[in-house]
Amino acid sequence: MLDLVLFLPLVGFLLALLVPAEKAKYFALIFSLVLFVISLGLIGPVLANPGEYSFVTNTQWISTPNIRYHIGLDGLSLWLVILTTFLTPLAVLVSWKYIGHRMKEYYAFLILLEFGVIGVFVSLDLFLYYVFWEVGLVPMYFLIGIWGHDRRIYAAVKFFLYTMVGSVLMLVAIIYLYLKSGTFDYTVILQQMASGQLKLTPEEALPLFLAFFVAFAIKVPLFPLHTWLPDAHVEAPTAGSVMLASVMLKMGTYGLVRYCLPLFPNAARQCAPWIVGLAIIGIVYGALVALVQPNMKKLVAYSSVSHLGFVVLGVFSFNQLALDGAVYQMLNHGVSTGALFMLVGMMYERRHSLEISDYGGVATQVPHLATVFLITTLASVGLPLLNNFVGELLVLQGAAMVNISWAVFAALGVILSACYMLWLYQRVFFGRTSHETAHHFEHADLQPREWIAVLPLLALMVWMGVAPMGFLTPISVADNKTLQQTKLNVEFKVAAPTPVAPSATAAPAVQVAQTATGVTNAR
Amino acid sequence: MPANLWPSSTDLLRFGPEILLTLIGTLFMVLEPLLDGKRIFRTLSILTLLGAAGVTLAAHDAPGLSFSNMVIVDGFATFFRLLVLGVAILTVFLSGDYLEKEGHETGEFYALVLFSVVGQCIMACANELIMVFVGIEISSIASYILTGYLRDDKRNNEAAIKYFLLGSFATAFLLYGVAWIYGLTGSTNLTDIRTVLSSPNFTNSASLVGMSAALMFVGFAFKVSAAPFQSWAPDVYQGAPSPVSAFMSAGPKAAAFAVFIRVFLTAYGPISDTWTPLVAMAALATMTIGNFAALRQTNIKRLLAYSSIAHAGYVLVAIAAHSTVGTQAVMFYLASYVFMNVGAFAVVTYFARKGEQYVSIDDLSGLAVRQPAMAAMLTIFMLSLIGVPLTAGFFGKFYIFKAALDANLVWLTILGLLNSAVAAYYYLRILVVMYMREPGEATNNMDEAPFALRVTVWASALATLVLGVMPGLLLDVAGRWVLAIAR
Repeated sequence: MLDLVLFLPLVGFLLALLVPAEKAKYFALIFSLVLFVISLGLIGPVLANPGEYSFVTNTQWISTPNIRYHIGLDGLSLWLVILTTFLTPLAVLVSWKYIGHRMKEYYAFLILLEFGVIGVFVSLDLFLYYVFWEVGLVPMYFLIGIWGHDRRIYAAVKFFLYTMVGSVLMLVAIIYLYLKSGTFDYTVILQQMASGQLKLTPEEALPLFLAFFVAFAIKVPLFPLHTWLPDAHVEAPTAGSVMLASVMLKMGTYGLVRYCLPLFPNAARQCAPWIVGLAIIGIVYGALVALVQPNMKKLVAYSSVSHLGFVVLGVFSFNQLALDGAVYQMLNHGVSTGALFMLVGMMYERRHSLEISDYGGVATQVPHLATVFLITTLASVGLPLLNNFVGELLVLQGAAMVNISWAVFAALGVILSACYMLWLYQRVFFGRTSHETAHHFEHADLQPREWIAVLPLLALMVWMGVAPMGFLTPISVADNKTLQQTKLNVEFKVAAPTPVAPSATAAPAVQVAQTATGVTNAR
Repeated sequence: MPANLWPSSTDLLRFGPEILLTLIGTLFMVLEPLLDGKRIFRTLSILTLLGAAGVTLAAHDAPGLSFSNMVIVDGFATFFRLLVLGVAILTVFLSGDYLEKEGHETGEFYALVLFSVVGQCIMACANELIMVFVGIEISSIASYILTGYLRDDKRNNEAAIKYFLLGSFATAFLLYGVAWIYGLTGSTNLTDIRTVLSSPNFTNSASLVGMSAALMFVGFAFKVSAAPFQSWAPDVYQGAPSPVSAFMSAGPKAAAFAVFIRVFLTAYGPISDTWTPLVAMAALATMTIGNFAALRQTNIKRLLAYSSIAHAGYVLVAIAAHSTVGTQAVMFYLASYVFMNVGAFAVVTYFARKGEQYVSIDDLSGLAVRQPAMAAMLTIFMLSLIGVPLTAGFFGKFYIFKAALDANLVWLTILGLLNSAVAAYYYLRILVVMYMREPGEATNNMDEAPFALRVTVWASALATLVLGVMPGLLLDVAGRWVLAIAR
């Protein structure tokens, strides 16, 4: 069934090229909805056993060298796949009117993107993983380059080249691992490491770790490798920004959790302080730059840099709480930033400007849009009972257990996020309305189509904020396994005290419950 | 002994493809004045080339040495013979309509293609330095003429003269190297040279042997357009008729790599420690020069020429690995390169139209709107040249750099792959103009592509994709027919 979810988009891509241009969007919508419904069937079996891989298909793809078509789904990847299939129909909806030319190719690329992204999340063979990693690049390149704004070509090429440079280094590391272990199969490599059959010396592990890490860090993007992101976001069409922020950036953070930690635990711990440093700089820097952005989309883009800093901080804190929070934050960011980009896109469709100064006081004319925007803003700044709060709290708490100063600096980012988001809201929706802006927003409140696009996201923001356990439990089990893997063959040099030892499998759930109710017992 | 004057039937079979091609090529010259319609030559050449491929396969069932050990038929020879024959078939498909449009279709052109292929086939099966030289000369001289084929065109003439002068100079170096190694070992036979060089009684100075290898390297490096002997390629590829550029960037190059590998792996195998660092350095220089120079090109033929220099650099990386997997990677790479490069040149041929007016990259503006299918095909070729997964080019690069890492060439691998990221930039530029610009004046009034050209393009694209999903099809063949390294 996972094969079906993975390959249907490829079929859909080819079919989309065959349907007539004016029918393409209907096809894309129906197709992606069907895929979403099918993908829901993945949830049950994975929840039953989130620590192991479900829906495994493991056959040979290429005989020399031994490259396998090995895919599977566990608690870590489950929600990311669902998020992808969930967002694609919404992305089609927000493109409905916005995309006016070459519609056939547009929707075809959107569906092809889904293929690449799902492939990245489900691959269990390093080579297969690399293939999907690169395949996802091509449709996004075209989406930005053809249907983007004025500087689209620059942004598209920059996006492609940045990712490409990172990924070739990763390819070197993957081939090196193959030559050491004789296989590309990720699960087999981990088994070999666990049994001591495959040993990497520190001199090998560090460069290999860095090769993977840089590829992921560019994708995340981690400061100072983030410069492609604002360009790509600002220039991309709305749906492109949504997919880029919500799922493509997660390819990087997912890679950190899935590959970097278990494969190179020692090197990862060794580098953790530096990486955390960069993550915190990213959090604060992203927030500060967002504060002074005159362009709405750029503001949201820099807020992404800030939010994803939290994810990296959580991943490299090496404890259960922070890691759970980080993975949860990936989903939260996907939902709330995705919604923000959609809303900004809707504003743009009305006013044809992204400059904040072109807006002001439109809340009276479009009260529904303003309300939806407000809820999304509040979710994004981490208001309790909305989704981001849970993730940020877990990350902060987990980081505080390792080093309280990490949490203090990161918390600064939360405060700043409230500043820039609320200020944005104030400048756009309140204040005096210029004559021209008023003209553009007259009788322009949310249409049914737009309601359908944002309502599911609003529902998720509340659901994930009020009842996070349903989402968190499988994540937590998978994370626990990842953390156990990072402890294998580790000569412990980490002196940091871990006051609450989150080792047993049952423990994380308990702790999460405590955190969700706001009990902070770090110190 | 009269019995030995007439070669045995096995000998004839082993040298069959060359004999067949030469006979038919000569026949073309005779028929030329007798026939009015020139289209017949297209069909005849395709049939001849297919026939030669059939003979090649038949000869493959009788492997061994012939003609006093001057010719060797082994898997490696068969592979490259088939490869150059394939290139020639694609070229003929491509050339017919082009020549007709230019008003220059003659049997002569096809005869020259056949002769050039004869030379390349000899290069593939030569086991002897004089044969190597003869093969290179036959192939080159035919290529010189093909380059200047449209004799009223200034660009053609300039390219041909340049190619001829520099080419002769380079072959002279090669011949000088042959003379040196003959003087040192008393033989021009590759296997014999190897035996002499590896025998403990061999007392001649190692630096003299190295010198002979270096001289030959100059000759081969010129033929494969490796740095620092690459400077002819852009001018020649730009000036030559597009189908000929397609031909030269694939066929003679593949054959030159074949003979390069055979000479260095067989004859100079015993002193591989001396030449592998040299080849590695040349590889790095070739990739870097090719890619960085390509960044600034505005003419698409010139851009493809620099790209072909860069790709020669990647192949040299695999040669520097000096291993069986390395050679296998070269074979896979060259074969997949044939499809993507000939395919790309085919689209260029189609787009340039009469007199090759439209060869600037900017002319391609908006091609995706006017000719979506052609643009999509060129996209596939470009993505394959970049090395994006699910195309043949990706696996080609992957096998090459895997072989390099296997041979501990870590730095070369990293720099090579970073090079391919640089290369992405200029290939992407072509996609940018095709997809992201408004259609320009050059895309107006484009005729439907001729049938034969469409066949070439679609077949190349299909092969590029199939090899990108199932590289095993070709790699297994390459593995079976690879030139084993005698240790």
